[in-house]
Amino acid sequence: MREINVSIIREAVQKMCVDMNYYIGADIKKSFEDNYKTEASPIGKAIILDLIENSKIASDKQVPICQDTGMIIAFVEVGQEVVLVGGDISEAINEGIRRGYGEGYLRKSVVSDPLIRQNSKDNTPGVIYYDIVAGDQVKIKLAAKGFGSENMSRSKMLKPSDGIKGVESFVVETVSLAGPNPCPPIVVGVGIGGTIDKAAQIAKKALMRDLESASEHEHIKALEERLLEQINDLGIGPQGLGGTTTALGVNVEIYPTHIAGLPVVVNINCHASRHLETVI
Amino acid sequence: MSKIRLTTPLTNDVVNRLKSGDQVLISGTVYTGRDAAHLRLVKAIEEGESLPFEVEGQIIYYVGPAPAKPGEVIGSCGPTTSYRMDDLTEPLLALGLKGMIGKGERNQTVVDGMKNHRAIYFAAIGGAGALIANAVKESTVIAYEDLGPEAIRKLVVEDLPAIVVIDADGDNLYETERAKYQKK
Repeated sequence: MREINVSIIREAVQKMCVDMNYYIGADIKKSFEDNYKTEASPIGKAIILDLIENSKIASDKQVPICQDTGMIIAFVEVGQEVVLVGGDISEAINEGIRRGYGEGYLRKSVVSDPLIRQNSKDNTPGVIYYDIVAGDQVKIKLAAKGFGSENMSRSKMLKPSDGIKGVESFVVETVSLAGPNPCPPIVVGVGIGGTIDKAAQIAKKALMRDLESASEHEHIKALEERLLEQINDLGIGPQGLGGTTTALGVNVEIYPTHIAGLPVVVNINCHASRHLETVI
Repeated sequence: MSKIRLTTPLTNDVVNRLKSGDQVLISGTVYTGRDAAHLRLVKAIEEGESLPFEVEGQIIYYVGPAPAKPGEVIGSCGPTTSYRMDDLTEPLLALGLKGMIGKGERNQTVVDGMKNHRAIYFAAIGGAGALIANAVKESTVIAYEDLGPEAIRKLVVEDLPAIVVIDADGDNLYETERAKYQKK
Protein backbone atom coordinates (compact mmCIF):
# COMPACT_ATOMS: atom_id res chain seq x y z
CA MET A 1 0.00 0.00 0.00
CA ARG A 2 1.14 3.52 -0.71
CA GLU A 3 0.25 6.36 1.61
CA ILE A 4 -0.67 9.67 0.06
CA ASN A 5 -1.36 12.70 2.23
CA VAL A 6 -4.40 14.59 0.98
CA SER A 7 -2.48 17.85 1.40
CA ILE A 8 -0.61 16.89 -1.81
CA ILE A 9 -3.96 16.58 -3.56
CA ARG A 10 -5.05 19.96 -2.14
CA GLU A 11 -1.90 21.63 -3.44
CA ALA A 12 -2.24 20.05 -6.88
CA VAL A 13 -5.85 21.23 -7.17
CA GLN A 14 -4.93 24.73 -6.00
CA LYS A 15 -2.21 25.06 -8.65
CA MET A 16 -4.31 23.61 -11.47
CA CYS A 17 -7.21 25.99 -10.69
CA VAL A 18 -4.94 28.96 -11.25
CA ASP A 19 -2.88 27.62 -14.14
CA MET A 20 -5.76 26.48 -16.30
CA ASN A 21 -7.49 29.84 -15.96
CA TYR A 22 -4.37 31.87 -16.89
CA TYR A 23 -2.79 29.73 -19.58
CA ILE A 24 -4.66 28.56 -22.62
CA GLY A 25 -4.14 24.90 -23.65
CA ALA A 26 -1.53 24.26 -26.35
CA ASP A 27 -4.17 22.40 -28.39
CA ILE A 28 -6.56 25.36 -28.33
CA LYS A 29 -3.79 27.80 -29.25
CA LYS A 30 -2.76 25.67 -32.21
CA SER A 31 -6.39 25.30 -33.28
CA PHE A 32 -6.89 29.10 -33.18
CA GLU A 33 -3.84 29.53 -35.42
CA ASP A 34 -4.95 26.82 -37.86
CA ASN A 35 -8.51 28.12 -38.05
CA TYR A 36 -7.33 31.69 -38.50
CA LYS A 37 -5.81 30.57 -41.81
CA THR A 38 -8.93 28.78 -43.05
CA GLU A 39 -11.75 30.99 -41.65
CA ALA A 40 -13.81 32.39 -44.54
CA SER A 41 -15.47 35.30 -42.75
CA PRO A 42 -13.52 38.56 -42.29
CA ILE A 43 -15.34 39.24 -39.01
CA GLY A 44 -14.60 35.67 -37.96
CA LYS A 45 -10.92 36.06 -38.77
CA ALA A 46 -10.71 39.28 -36.74
CA ILE A 47 -12.38 37.57 -33.78
CA ILE A 48 -9.94 34.63 -33.83
CA LEU A 49 -7.09 37.12 -33.88
CA ASP A 50 -8.58 38.87 -30.82
CA LEU A 51 -8.87 35.53 -29.04
CA ILE A 52 -5.18 34.82 -29.71
CA GLU A 53 -4.32 38.31 -28.43
CA ASN A 54 -6.56 37.76 -25.39
CA SER A 55 -4.79 34.53 -24.45
CA LYS A 56 -1.45 36.28 -24.76
CA ILE A 57 -2.56 39.12 -22.44
CA ALA A 58 -3.92 36.59 -19.96
CA SER A 59 -0.66 34.64 -19.72
CA ASP A 60 1.56 37.76 -19.73
CA LYS A 61 -0.42 39.54 -17.01
CA GLN A 62 -1.38 36.32 -15.23
CA VAL A 63 -5.08 37.05 -15.30
CA PRO A 64 -7.91 34.72 -16.30
CA ILE A 65 -8.59 34.19 -20.03
CA CYS A 66 -12.29 34.68 -19.31
CA GLN A 67 -14.05 36.29 -16.35
CA ASP A 68 -16.22 33.19 -16.05
CA THR A 69 -13.59 31.12 -14.34
CA GLY A 70 -16.12 28.37 -14.07
CA MET A 71 -17.31 25.76 -11.66
CA ILE A 72 -14.69 23.11 -10.93
CA ILE A 73 -15.32 19.61 -12.21
CA ALA A 74 -12.96 16.93 -10.90
CA PHE A 75 -12.58 13.38 -12.16
CA VAL A 76 -10.47 11.62 -9.57
CA GLU A 77 -9.06 8.14 -10.14
CA VAL A 78 -7.82 6.58 -6.91
CA GLY A 79 -5.62 3.52 -7.18
CA GLN A 80 -6.88 0.71 -4.97
CA GLU A 81 -3.41 0.31 -3.45
CA VAL A 82 -3.48 3.88 -2.16
CA VAL A 83 -4.22 4.80 1.43
CA LEU A 84 -5.27 8.41 1.75
CA VAL A 85 -4.14 10.02 4.99
CA GLY A 86 -4.25 13.47 6.54
CA GLY A 87 -7.96 14.14 6.19
CA ASP A 88 -10.97 13.86 3.93
CA ILE A 89 -10.16 13.87 0.19
CA SER A 90 -13.28 15.83 -0.84
CA GLU A 91 -12.51 18.49 1.76
CA ALA A 92 -8.93 18.63 0.47
CA ILE A 93 -10.14 19.14 -3.10
CA ASN A 94 -12.57 21.87 -2.04
CA GLU A 95 -9.86 23.54 0.03
CA GLY A 96 -7.62 23.50 -3.07
CA ILE A 97 -10.41 25.19 -5.03
CA ARG A 98 -10.93 27.74 -2.24
CA ARG A 99 -7.24 28.66 -2.09
CA GLY A 100 -6.70 28.63 -5.86
CA TYR A 101 -9.68 30.91 -6.53
CA GLY A 102 -8.58 33.23 -3.74
CA GLU A 103 -4.90 33.59 -4.55
CA GLY A 104 -5.53 33.60 -8.31
CA TYR A 105 -8.08 36.45 -8.19
CA LEU A 106 -10.51 34.17 -9.98
CA ARG A 107 -14.23 34.88 -9.98
CA LYS A 108 -16.36 33.11 -7.45
CA SER A 109 -19.30 31.88 -9.47
CA VAL A 110 -20.94 29.23 -7.30
CA VAL A 111 -24.19 29.67 -5.38
CA SER A 112 -24.67 27.35 -2.40
CA ASP A 113 -28.31 26.55 -3.13
CA PRO A 114 -29.70 26.56 -6.68
CA LEU A 115 -32.92 28.29 -5.57
CA ILE A 116 -31.88 30.53 -2.69
CA ARG A 117 -28.84 31.54 -4.81
CA GLN A 118 -26.43 32.97 -2.30
CA ASN A 119 -22.85 33.08 -3.58
CA SER A 120 -20.60 30.72 -1.59
CA LYS A 121 -17.88 33.36 -2.08
CA ASP A 122 -15.05 30.86 -2.52
CA ASN A 123 -16.21 28.93 -5.62
CA THR A 124 -16.84 25.76 -3.63
CA PRO A 125 -18.00 23.11 -3.82
CA GLY A 126 -16.74 21.53 -7.00
CA VAL A 127 -18.48 18.66 -8.77
CA ILE A 128 -16.34 15.64 -7.91
CA TYR A 129 -16.46 12.16 -9.44
CA TYR A 130 -14.41 9.29 -8.04
CA ASP A 131 -13.30 6.08 -9.69
CA ILE A 132 -11.44 3.31 -7.93
CA VAL A 133 -8.88 1.91 -10.34
CA ALA A 134 -5.94 -0.49 -10.31
CA GLY A 135 -2.54 0.72 -9.15
CA ASP A 136 -1.00 2.95 -6.51
CA GLN A 137 -1.47 6.41 -7.99
CA VAL A 138 -4.06 9.16 -7.80
CA LYS A 139 -4.96 10.88 -11.06
CA ILE A 140 -6.89 14.15 -10.94
CA LYS A 141 -8.45 15.59 -14.05
CA LEU A 142 -9.75 19.09 -13.41
CA ALA A 143 -11.85 21.42 -15.54
CA ALA A 144 -13.04 24.96 -14.94
CA LYS A 145 -16.41 24.83 -16.67
CA GLY A 146 -18.01 28.04 -17.86
CA PHE A 147 -21.79 28.21 -17.86
CA GLY A 148 -22.54 30.18 -21.02
CA SER A 149 -21.71 26.96 -22.80
CA GLU A 150 -22.99 24.60 -20.09
CA ASN A 151 -26.43 26.19 -20.44
CA MET A 152 -26.56 25.23 -24.12
CA SER A 153 -26.15 21.51 -23.39
CA ARG A 154 -28.99 19.06 -24.07
CA SER A 155 -29.97 15.45 -23.51
CA LYS A 156 -32.30 13.12 -25.32
CA MET A 157 -33.36 9.53 -24.85
CA LEU A 158 -33.31 8.34 -28.46
CA LYS A 159 -34.83 5.07 -29.64
CA PRO A 160 -32.43 2.27 -30.65
CA SER A 161 -33.90 2.53 -34.17
CA ASP A 162 -32.78 6.16 -34.39
CA GLY A 163 -29.23 4.83 -34.58
CA ILE A 164 -26.17 6.82 -35.49
CA LYS A 165 -28.16 9.11 -37.82
CA GLY A 166 -30.41 10.05 -34.94
CA VAL A 167 -27.39 10.83 -32.79
CA GLU A 168 -25.84 12.98 -35.52
CA SER A 169 -28.95 15.02 -36.14
CA PHE A 170 -29.48 15.60 -32.40
CA VAL A 171 -25.91 16.81 -31.90
CA VAL A 172 -26.01 19.12 -34.92
CA GLU A 173 -29.45 20.43 -33.92
CA THR A 174 -28.14 21.20 -30.41
CA VAL A 175 -25.25 23.25 -31.76
CA SER A 176 -27.52 24.98 -34.26
CA LEU A 177 -30.00 25.99 -31.54
CA ALA A 178 -27.16 27.23 -29.34
CA GLY A 179 -26.07 29.60 -32.11
CA PRO A 180 -23.97 32.47 -30.75
CA ASN A 181 -24.77 31.84 -27.07
CA PRO A 182 -21.99 29.43 -25.96
CA CYS A 183 -19.10 31.60 -27.26
CA PRO A 184 -18.19 29.80 -30.46
CA PRO A 185 -15.81 28.49 -31.64
CA ILE A 186 -16.85 25.73 -29.26
CA VAL A 187 -15.70 22.29 -28.23
CA VAL A 188 -18.45 19.67 -28.30
CA GLY A 189 -18.51 16.75 -25.88
CA VAL A 190 -20.94 13.94 -26.64
CA GLY A 191 -21.85 11.02 -24.41
CA ILE A 192 -23.71 8.11 -25.98
CA GLY A 193 -25.10 5.13 -24.07
CA GLY A 194 -25.31 4.12 -20.44
CA THR A 195 -28.18 5.83 -18.64
CA ILE A 196 -29.21 9.51 -18.68
CA ASP A 197 -26.70 10.31 -15.92
CA LYS A 198 -23.91 8.14 -17.34
CA ALA A 199 -24.28 9.76 -20.76
CA ALA A 200 -23.98 13.21 -19.15
CA GLN A 201 -20.93 12.16 -17.15
CA ILE A 202 -19.07 10.77 -20.16
CA ALA A 203 -20.04 13.81 -22.26
CA LYS A 204 -18.29 15.92 -19.61
CA LYS A 205 -15.35 13.52 -19.64
CA ALA A 206 -15.16 13.90 -23.43
CA LEU A 207 -14.51 17.63 -22.90
CA MET A 208 -11.44 16.73 -20.84
CA ARG A 209 -9.78 15.26 -23.92
CA ASP A 210 -7.44 17.38 -26.00
CA LEU A 211 -8.53 18.49 -29.43
CA GLU A 212 -5.93 16.31 -31.14
CA SER A 213 -7.20 13.18 -29.43
CA ALA A 214 -9.49 10.83 -31.29
CA SER A 215 -11.72 8.03 -30.10
CA GLU A 216 -10.06 4.61 -29.97
CA HIS A 217 -13.12 3.13 -31.68
CA GLU A 218 -12.97 3.44 -35.47
CA HIS A 219 -16.71 4.08 -35.94
CA ILE A 220 -16.68 6.74 -33.21
CA LYS A 221 -13.58 8.43 -34.61
CA ALA A 222 -15.38 8.63 -37.97
CA LEU A 223 -18.46 10.01 -36.19
CA GLU A 224 -16.35 12.72 -34.52
CA GLU A 225 -14.99 13.77 -37.90
CA ARG A 226 -18.42 13.80 -39.57
CA LEU A 227 -19.94 15.81 -36.73
CA LEU A 228 -17.18 18.42 -36.87
CA GLU A 229 -17.76 18.88 -40.57
CA GLN A 230 -21.53 19.14 -40.24
CA ILE A 231 -21.23 21.59 -37.34
CA ASN A 232 -18.85 23.82 -39.26
CA ASP A 233 -21.25 23.77 -42.21
CA LEU A 234 -23.88 25.48 -40.00
CA GLY A 235 -22.28 28.87 -40.71
CA ILE A 236 -22.50 30.04 -37.08
CA GLY A 237 -18.80 30.97 -36.98
CA PRO A 238 -16.75 32.73 -34.30
CA GLN A 239 -19.07 34.39 -31.75
CA GLY A 240 -22.00 33.45 -33.98
CA LEU A 241 -21.20 36.31 -36.34
CA GLY A 242 -20.90 33.96 -39.31
CA GLY A 243 -18.10 31.82 -40.63
CA THR A 244 -16.61 28.40 -41.04
CA THR A 245 -15.13 27.96 -37.55
CA THR A 246 -18.08 27.01 -35.34
CA ALA A 247 -16.36 24.19 -33.46
CA LEU A 248 -12.70 23.49 -32.81
CA GLY A 249 -13.36 19.85 -32.10
CA VAL A 250 -15.91 17.15 -31.30
CA ASN A 251 -15.10 14.45 -28.75
CA VAL A 252 -17.42 11.48 -28.32
CA GLU A 253 -17.42 8.91 -25.52
CA ILE A 254 -19.54 5.78 -25.43
CA TYR A 255 -20.74 3.28 -22.81
CA PRO A 256 -22.77 0.07 -23.01
CA THR A 257 -26.51 0.63 -22.69
CA HIS A 258 -29.84 -1.18 -22.36
CA ILE A 259 -31.59 -2.99 -25.25
CA ALA A 260 -34.41 -0.44 -25.05
CA GLY A 261 -32.38 2.74 -25.08
CA LEU A 262 -29.98 5.11 -26.79
CA PRO A 263 -29.28 8.01 -24.41
CA VAL A 264 -27.37 10.97 -25.82
CA VAL A 265 -26.03 14.02 -24.01
CA VAL A 266 -24.36 16.94 -25.73
CA ASN A 267 -22.19 19.00 -23.39
CA ILE A 268 -20.86 22.18 -24.94
CA ASN A 269 -17.69 24.00 -23.99
CA CYS A 270 -16.58 27.44 -25.11
CA HIS A 271 -13.25 28.13 -26.81
CA ALA A 272 -11.78 28.77 -23.35
CA SER A 273 -11.72 25.03 -22.78
CA ARG A 274 -9.81 24.80 -19.52
CA HIS A 275 -8.65 21.47 -18.19
CA LEU A 276 -5.51 19.98 -16.68
CA GLU A 277 -4.48 16.71 -15.14
CA THR A 278 -2.00 15.66 -12.48
CA VAL A 279 -0.83 12.22 -11.47
CA ILE A 280 0.33 11.77 -7.89
CA MET B 1 -13.65 48.78 -41.83
CA SER B 2 -13.42 52.00 -39.85
CA LYS B 3 -14.75 51.96 -36.35
CA ILE B 4 -17.32 54.42 -35.05
CA ARG B 5 -16.49 56.19 -31.80
CA LEU B 6 -19.39 56.48 -29.38
CA THR B 7 -19.56 58.41 -26.13
CA THR B 8 -22.21 57.74 -23.50
CA PRO B 9 -24.88 58.78 -22.78
CA LEU B 10 -26.38 57.93 -26.17
CA THR B 11 -29.04 60.08 -27.82
CA ASN B 12 -31.77 58.89 -30.17
CA ASP B 13 -29.94 60.63 -33.02
CA VAL B 14 -26.85 58.53 -32.46
CA VAL B 15 -28.88 55.36 -31.95
CA ASN B 16 -30.85 55.88 -35.15
CA ARG B 17 -27.68 56.23 -37.19
CA LEU B 18 -26.13 52.96 -35.96
CA LYS B 19 -26.67 49.95 -38.19
CA SER B 20 -26.30 46.24 -37.66
CA GLY B 21 -22.70 45.33 -38.48
CA ASP B 22 -21.15 48.64 -37.41
CA GLN B 23 -18.00 48.23 -35.37
CA VAL B 24 -17.81 50.70 -32.51
CA LEU B 25 -15.48 51.89 -29.77
CA ILE B 26 -17.42 52.95 -26.70
CA SER B 27 -16.13 55.57 -24.26
CA GLY B 28 -17.67 57.08 -21.15
CA THR B 29 -19.70 55.50 -18.38
CA VAL B 30 -21.33 52.11 -18.67
CA TYR B 31 -23.08 50.23 -15.88
CA THR B 32 -22.64 46.52 -15.24
CA GLY B 33 -25.63 44.35 -14.53
CA ARG B 34 -26.44 40.69 -14.98
CA ASP B 35 -28.92 38.10 -13.71
CA ALA B 36 -29.33 38.92 -10.01
CA ALA B 37 -28.94 42.70 -10.46
CA HIS B 38 -31.64 42.71 -13.15
CA LEU B 39 -34.05 40.92 -10.83
CA ARG B 40 -33.51 43.65 -8.24
CA LEU B 41 -33.70 46.51 -10.74
CA VAL B 42 -37.00 45.29 -12.14
CA LYS B 43 -38.41 44.67 -8.67
CA ALA B 44 -37.44 48.24 -7.71
CA ILE B 45 -39.18 49.59 -10.83
CA GLU B 46 -42.32 47.57 -10.08
CA GLU B 47 -42.38 48.84 -6.51
CA GLY B 48 -41.79 52.42 -7.56
CA GLU B 49 -38.45 52.71 -5.81
CA SER B 50 -35.57 54.77 -7.14
CA LEU B 51 -32.83 52.99 -9.06
CA PRO B 52 -29.12 53.06 -8.24
CA PHE B 53 -28.40 55.02 -11.43
CA GLU B 54 -30.24 57.18 -13.96
CA VAL B 55 -31.08 54.74 -16.76
CA GLU B 56 -31.96 57.26 -19.47
CA GLY B 57 -29.41 57.36 -22.28
CA GLN B 58 -27.19 54.77 -20.62
CA ILE B 59 -25.66 51.46 -21.59
CA ILE B 60 -25.80 48.34 -19.44
CA TYR B 61 -22.96 45.86 -19.87
CA TYR B 62 -23.91 42.28 -19.03
CA VAL B 63 -20.80 41.28 -17.14
CA GLY B 64 -19.64 39.81 -13.85
CA PRO B 65 -15.97 40.76 -13.71
CA ALA B 66 -13.21 38.70 -12.14
CA PRO B 67 -11.66 40.37 -9.06
CA ALA B 68 -9.01 43.00 -9.74
CA LYS B 69 -5.46 42.04 -8.92
CA PRO B 70 -3.56 44.55 -6.79
CA GLY B 71 -2.70 47.56 -8.95
CA GLU B 72 -5.33 46.70 -11.58
CA VAL B 73 -8.64 48.53 -12.17
CA ILE B 74 -10.64 45.38 -12.81
CA GLY B 75 -10.17 41.69 -13.53
CA SER B 76 -11.10 40.01 -16.80
CA CYS B 77 -14.48 41.30 -17.88
CA GLY B 78 -15.97 39.87 -21.06
CA PRO B 79 -19.70 39.72 -21.73
CA THR B 80 -22.08 37.10 -20.37
CA THR B 81 -24.90 35.53 -22.41
CA SER B 82 -27.72 38.02 -22.84
CA TYR B 83 -30.89 35.91 -23.24
CA ARG B 84 -31.08 35.39 -19.48
CA MET B 85 -31.91 39.08 -19.13
CA ASP B 86 -34.56 39.02 -21.90
CA ASP B 87 -37.57 38.90 -19.60
CA LEU B 88 -36.15 41.70 -17.46
CA THR B 89 -35.22 44.16 -20.20
CA GLU B 90 -38.42 45.88 -21.35
CA PRO B 91 -38.90 47.92 -18.13
CA LEU B 92 -35.37 49.31 -18.53
CA LEU B 93 -35.92 50.16 -22.20
CA ALA B 94 -39.11 51.97 -21.16
CA LEU B 95 -36.98 54.11 -18.83
CA GLY B 96 -34.76 55.13 -21.74
CA LEU B 97 -31.95 52.56 -21.68
CA LYS B 98 -30.18 53.10 -25.02
CA GLY B 99 -27.74 50.24 -25.19
CA MET B 100 -26.94 46.77 -23.94
CA ILE B 101 -23.61 45.01 -24.36
CA GLY B 102 -23.62 41.22 -24.17
CA LYS B 103 -23.35 38.19 -26.38
CA GLY B 104 -25.85 35.85 -28.00
CA GLU B 105 -29.44 36.07 -29.16
CA ARG B 106 -32.29 38.25 -27.80
CA ASN B 107 -35.95 37.32 -27.94
CA GLN B 108 -38.67 39.09 -29.88
CA THR B 109 -39.91 41.01 -26.84
CA VAL B 110 -36.52 42.64 -26.45
CA VAL B 111 -36.21 43.40 -30.17
CA ASP B 112 -39.71 44.93 -30.21
CA GLY B 113 -38.83 46.99 -27.14
CA MET B 114 -35.64 48.18 -28.82
CA LYS B 115 -37.60 49.26 -31.89
CA ASN B 116 -40.27 51.04 -29.86
CA HIS B 117 -37.90 52.82 -27.49
CA ARG B 118 -34.93 53.12 -29.89
CA ALA B 119 -32.03 51.14 -28.43
CA ILE B 120 -29.03 49.15 -29.62
CA TYR B 121 -27.81 45.69 -28.76
CA PHE B 122 -24.04 45.45 -28.97
CA ALA B 123 -21.91 42.31 -28.75
CA ALA B 124 -18.47 42.21 -27.23
CA ILE B 125 -16.26 39.18 -27.75
CA GLY B 126 -17.20 36.45 -25.30
CA GLY B 127 -14.16 34.90 -23.70
CA ALA B 128 -11.89 37.86 -24.44
CA GLY B 129 -12.12 39.15 -20.89
CA ALA B 130 -8.43 39.90 -20.44
CA LEU B 131 -8.39 41.97 -23.64
CA ILE B 132 -11.57 43.90 -22.78
CA ALA B 133 -10.25 44.74 -19.29
CA ASN B 134 -7.67 46.99 -20.97
CA ALA B 135 -10.49 49.36 -21.99
CA VAL B 136 -11.75 49.83 -18.42
CA LYS B 137 -10.21 52.83 -16.70
CA GLU B 138 -12.31 53.04 -13.52
CA SER B 139 -14.59 50.62 -11.71
CA THR B 140 -16.77 51.43 -8.71
CA VAL B 141 -19.42 49.26 -7.08
CA ILE B 142 -22.52 51.46 -6.77
CA ALA B 143 -25.19 48.97 -5.69
CA TYR B 144 -25.96 45.46 -4.49
CA GLU B 145 -22.46 44.82 -3.18
CA ASP B 146 -23.66 41.62 -1.51
CA LEU B 147 -24.04 40.08 -4.96
CA GLY B 148 -20.26 39.89 -5.37
CA PRO B 149 -19.46 39.59 -9.08
CA GLU B 150 -23.10 40.41 -9.84
CA ALA B 151 -23.05 43.79 -8.06
CA ILE B 152 -23.75 46.89 -10.17
CA ARG B 153 -20.54 48.67 -11.08
CA LYS B 154 -20.07 52.03 -12.69
CA LEU B 155 -17.31 51.58 -15.25
CA VAL B 156 -15.48 54.33 -17.04
CA VAL B 157 -14.35 52.86 -20.35
CA GLU B 158 -12.19 54.11 -23.17
CA ASP B 159 -12.58 52.63 -26.64
CA LEU B 160 -14.35 49.47 -25.50
CA PRO B 161 -14.62 47.42 -28.73
CA ALA B 162 -18.07 46.15 -29.67
CA ILE B 163 -20.19 45.43 -32.70
CA VAL B 164 -23.79 46.45 -33.39
CA VAL B 165 -25.62 43.13 -33.64
CA ILE B 166 -29.24 44.29 -33.46
CA ASP B 167 -29.99 47.88 -34.39
CA ALA B 168 -33.03 49.97 -33.50
CA ASP B 169 -34.79 48.80 -36.66
CA GLY B 170 -34.41 45.19 -35.56
CA ASP B 171 -31.83 44.16 -38.18
CA ASN B 172 -29.86 41.25 -36.74
CA LEU B 173 -26.25 40.55 -37.71
CA TYR B 174 -26.35 37.02 -36.27
CA GLU B 175 -29.00 36.12 -38.83
CA THR B 176 -27.56 37.90 -41.85
CA GLU B 177 -23.97 36.71 -41.38
CA ARG B 178 -24.79 33.11 -40.51
CA ALA B 179 -26.85 32.80 -43.69
CA LYS B 180 -23.80 33.75 -45.77
CA TYR B 181 -21.75 30.81 -44.54
CA GLN B 182 -24.40 28.15 -43.99
CA LYS B 183 -24.02 25.23 -46.39
CA LYS B 184 -27.01 23.33 -47.87
